[in-house]
Amino acid sequence: MAIKTFAQAINEALSIAMEQDSSVICYGLGTDDPKGIFGTTLGLQEKFGPERVFDMPTSENAMTGIGVGAALYGLRPVMSHQRLDFALLSMDQLVNNAAKWHFMFGGRRTVPLTVRMILGRGWGQGPTHSQNLQAWFAHIPGLKVVMPAMADDAKGLLLSSIYDGNPVIYLEHRWLHNLKGEVPAGDYRVPIGKARTLREGADITITAMSYMTIEALRACDFLAGHGITCDLIDLRSVRPIDWDTIRASVRRTGRLLALDTGFTTGSVAGEIVARMSTEYWGLLKAAPDRLAMPDYPEATSPTLTENYHIRAEHVAAKVAKMVGAKSDVLELMPQRNHPHDVPGDWFTGPF
Amino acid sequence: MNQTNDTLLLQQMLRIRLVEEEIAIRYPEGKIRCPTHLSIGQEAVAAAVGLALRKDDLAVSGHRAHAHYLGKGGNLPQMIAEIYGKATGCSGGKGGSMHLVDESVGFVGSTAIVGGTVPVGVGLGYGIKLKGTDQVSCVFHGDAVVEAGVFAESVNFAALKSLPVLFVCENNLYSVYSPLHVRQPAGREIWRMAQGMGITARHCDGNDAAAVYACVTDAISSIRAGNGPVFLEFATYRWREHCGPYYDNDIGYRSESEFLEWKARDPIPRLEAALLRDGMISHADIEQMLDNIRSEIAAAFEAADAAPFPLAEEAFTHLYAQ
Ligand SMILES: Cc1ncc(C[n+]2csc(CCOP(=O)(O)OP(=O)(O)O)c2C)c(N)n1
Ligand SMILES: [Mg+2]
Repeated sequence: MAIKTFAQAINEALSIAMEQDSSVICYGLGTDDPKGIFGTTLGLQEKFGPERVFDMPTSENAMTGIGVGAALYGLRPVMSHQRLDFALLSMDQLVNNAAKWHFMFGGRRTVPLTVRMILGRGWGQGPTHSQNLQAWFAHIPGLKVVMPAMADDAKGLLLSSIYDGNPVIYLEHRWLHNLKGEVPAGDYRVPIGKARTLREGADITITAMSYMTIEALRACDFLAGHGITCDLIDLRSVRPIDWDTIRASVRRTGRLLALDTGFTTGSVAGEIVARMSTEYWGLLKAAPDRLAMPDYPEATSPTLTENYHIRAEHVAAKVAKMVGAKSDVLELMPQRNHPHDVPGDWFTGPF
Repeated sequence: MNQTNDTLLLQQMLRIRLVEEEIAIRYPEGKIRCPTHLSIGQEAVAAAVGLALRKDDLAVSGHRAHAHYLGKGGNLPQMIAEIYGKATGCSGGKGGSMHLVDESVGFVGSTAIVGGTVPVGVGLGYGIKLKGTDQVSCVFHGDAVVEAGVFAESVNFAALKSLPVLFVCENNLYSVYSPLHVRQPAGREIWRMAQGMGITARHCDGNDAAAVYACVTDAISSIRAGNGPVFLEFATYRWREHCGPYYDNDIGYRSESEFLEWKARDPIPRLEAALLRDGMISHADIEQMLDNIRSEIAAAFEAADAAPFPLAEEAFTHLYAQ
């Protein structure tokens, strides 16, 4: 297995799909520009030509419907948005057409459309370039929604999305693009709807997705050094959710903390808390809880995001409280050596 | 020096240019922490439209709005403070470079989603019409905006209701790194498309400030006379990268020679030369103008740097009107 960045893993998945299946096409603003959507589409046009890999007009809604039509004709379109916020213009096509076609025509046809949307956070992305609205899509019967956190899952889930017969919303966080991991070669697929347990522990179940998984890992590893062990479940898919994996864990730990990169109210995390509370009311040792973004838009100024995002220290503090540990362990938590509004020292903007 | 429209036009362009250049110089310091789109090279349109509009006329814009805000008379220190994320910024630090507002001069707002303010500007026009004032609502937008469905829908409504709306399209040939030819059919001119949608439309060299001014003045009189919306397309060029302070002619989406061609058509020396030739202004006048602008800019940056950041709790305010 080779070490690759999350962005390279996406690029590899696209390349493999296009190589082995001439019905796969790839388009979106900036697809063939010198930056190649944060590196994820670099080189594809050279390999597969401008008919299958192309830039598009700034027409998100129409181009999504065009993807639906192309899919109905037999293509497997992969559309990319540099921010989820831009894809909001296409909600009509996604919700009224893509999600419904199979159902409303009595199961006659499928719409194998993949829509990649990039999520943002911090560094002045502000109110309309940072929204993590996975719950909107997860709310829609007929859509599938995946949110990988690791490079291998980025590849495996993208290939599964492309070959799924349904519209899949593939959400990738900007803060993950440069993270590295081992990525299996070839047509590697990760099933949609299966979570991945990244840490095993006895005290609490933590569910997370996308970038929140990275902060959760830091929290879990820190807590493990202080005698608190967590089951960390990386959801990978937020529709469908892998309830079996969550159930098995909660039955064992009796505690649940659901993390989310989106706004608190109406979040996927809220759904997990609700379902587990209903099913396991009698065996829970503590009230299940969630940590998600505040119910406010994200502001632009760096000081206005200081107390806004959920970071590892917040997760650790919450877990400590839920398991009844002394919270002074938190003082031992190593400080980060870069500002709170960037994923690492390497990041200098503008995106 | 006699303050004429032409000398004011020059002064406005120089002011916008020097503000943007100062932002470009400061940007790498890392204190400006938000996406920032500079208008260097495109000053003529903003300066001329700003000058031709009255203070009580309204304007909206998009992501590349510094010049429009300043042209309309927006407060400079508050804009710089906003870009620095400071409490004294025009949006209190909530918005940053892409969300400017100064309602005291009719700059209603700029936002970051392509095409997002086009219908808003038309809605302002509807309000104007209903109240029966002779104000104009000006919608600044780029060439990419006409590809969005909301553009067609907005123009249609403006035409249908004969609204007092001025559409100002700055066609700088690119949307991020994407040239026009990958987005719009060859040979179809944007202004003709607007014309085909039923509104008066014209086009003009956007780097000739005096010509832009004449064109806009005409359009505004027609709108005030109740003849309905006008669409103006101005050919221009952004000199620096789409977002950020640097030049990027080396990365492959456009050529250095194309840039140099447009740089040779810099609107500022063009107007300067005409004014000097006609004896409207002297070199000493220009030096004086530059001195004044430089001290104004230095003061604005100093104030922004010294200003406090908003308190972290401020993140949790302004969600709903009370
Ligand atoms: C709906 C939407 N799609 C994509 C973007 C990303 N984006 C930001 S600025 C921009 C370019 C717009 O080009 P144009 O309107 O010509 O303005 P210019 O940048 O040239 O001034 C794009 C595509 C966005 N902000 N909103
Ligand atoms: Mg443009």
